[in-house]
Amino acid sequence: MIVMGGSLGSMAALRLCVQDLPTSFSLPIAVALHRHRESDDALVSLLQRELALAVREVLDKDPLLAGHVHVAPCDYHLLVEPMYFSLSTDDPVQFARPSIDVLFESAASTFGPRAIGVILTGANRDGAHGAREIRRRGGTVIVQDPTTAECDVMPLAAIEAVPDALVRPPQEIGRLLCALANPTPS
Amino acid sequence: MREYPDDPEAADVRSLLETLYELAGADFRAYAYSSVKRRMLVQVGRENTGTIAGLEKLVRHDPATRDRLITTLTIHVTAMFRDPAFYRALREELVPMARTYPFIRLWVAGCSTGEEVYSLAILLQEEGLYSRCRIYATDLNERVVQKARHGIFPLSAMQEYTRNYQRAGGTRSFAEYYTADSEFAILRPALRENVVFAVHNLVGDASFNEFHAIFCRNVMIYFNRSLQDRVHGLLYDSLMTYGYLGLGRSETIRFTPHAADYEEVSAREKLFRKIR
Repeated sequence: MIVMGGSLGSMAALRLCVQDLPTSFSLPIAVALHRHRESDDALVSLLQRELALAVREVLDKDPLLAGHVHVAPCDYHLLVEPMYFSLSTDDPVQFARPSIDVLFESAASTFGPRAIGVILTGANRDGAHGAREIRRRGGTVIVQDPTTAECDVMPLAAIEAVPDALVRPPQEIGRLLCALANPTPS
Repeated sequence: MREYPDDPEAADVRSLLETLYELAGADFRAYAYSSVKRRMLVQVGRENTGTIAGLEKLVRHDPATRDRLITTLTIHVTAMFRDPAFYRALREELVPMARTYPFIRLWVAGCSTGEEVYSLAILLQEEGLYSRCRIYATDLNERVVQKARHGIFPLSAMQEYTRNYQRAGGTRSFAEYYTADSEFAILRPALRENVVFAVHNLVGDASFNEFHAIFCRNVMIYFNRSLQDRVHGLLYDSLMTYGYLGLGRSETIRFTPHAADYEEVSAREKLFRKIR
């Protein structure tokens, strides 16, 4: 299971990360982006236009589908269960709903070592705690190289929380995800 | 819990849920695991118990802690006129149908602290229908229902609610509907004249009437799929043919056994009509 988070400015980075993933990609991808409470579904159609993978805004209890990019609807938290997503309207966390921490914490608790968290460019510390949870449960944390980030607050906070995170420019993250999804038997 | 092999806390979550059921009859066992666990952890922080197991120990011996946990697990956060477009859809779709009936029964199932109940009352009043309506507003927690009955909200929320109200097609000045104190907005008591507030548990209680419209928005997102199916059965049984069902913007009936019994009135706003 791959979970990704960033603020709205991370759209370009997100595209770079996932544009090279094949449609046969073997893991589900869930994305929480900070955006305005009343923003419409333009984000999903924008992303879809440029990606081979299917992009969907999550409806409650949608199944986790491999090779799909599942986007958190605005004004809901997105959480993962073993087979499907759940949504919640609980209070915003650090002013964010969807909150990256909430998504990452649920992935850590549901998928343990099989959770992969990716933190992209962003303007606050959301995601740092969730990334630490993923790492604590044996999962993998990838952080966009802060020097390539439009806003480095979020990546720096994540690196501080997870000192052994894999730090990469966005165009290399896709390849890394492929390698993690299909480890070559040794 | 065998479904959560990667979660070392799963057994503690399950054990606390069983304890709440055993000691208080509060049944959260079929709630969506991730969100119920998250709320437990919020309460672990508030009660300073360190772990979920520590919270359970306290809950076993202290009824006040137990009540606070139940309230935390129960409450769902909402806003007046949340998703303004939903209320516009009601004005366009539900209101014309409602005009053809001499008396209209509506049910807000899982009303929490009442924000949507009062939104509905305002809308119906502006459409000149309120005097012919009875709104049943139910929630499973007596304390939450009591709060809904009072109709007192933080003044700080009114700016957002006013904007929502206007975008929902409101025709008046929103300030007419409340009296402001320095801290709170007290809604006009006339708005609850035709509202019946009552305790009702969607998990286990039976259907109690037949309604022209049922609103159950962002309530079932906290349930797991099998509980959702059961509750959809209850709502279906409580709705008259050609009655309306309103769900939250990111909910769907696609996965439920009753999917084929409804037509979509507004796919975007998740407003459905029972057709058989």
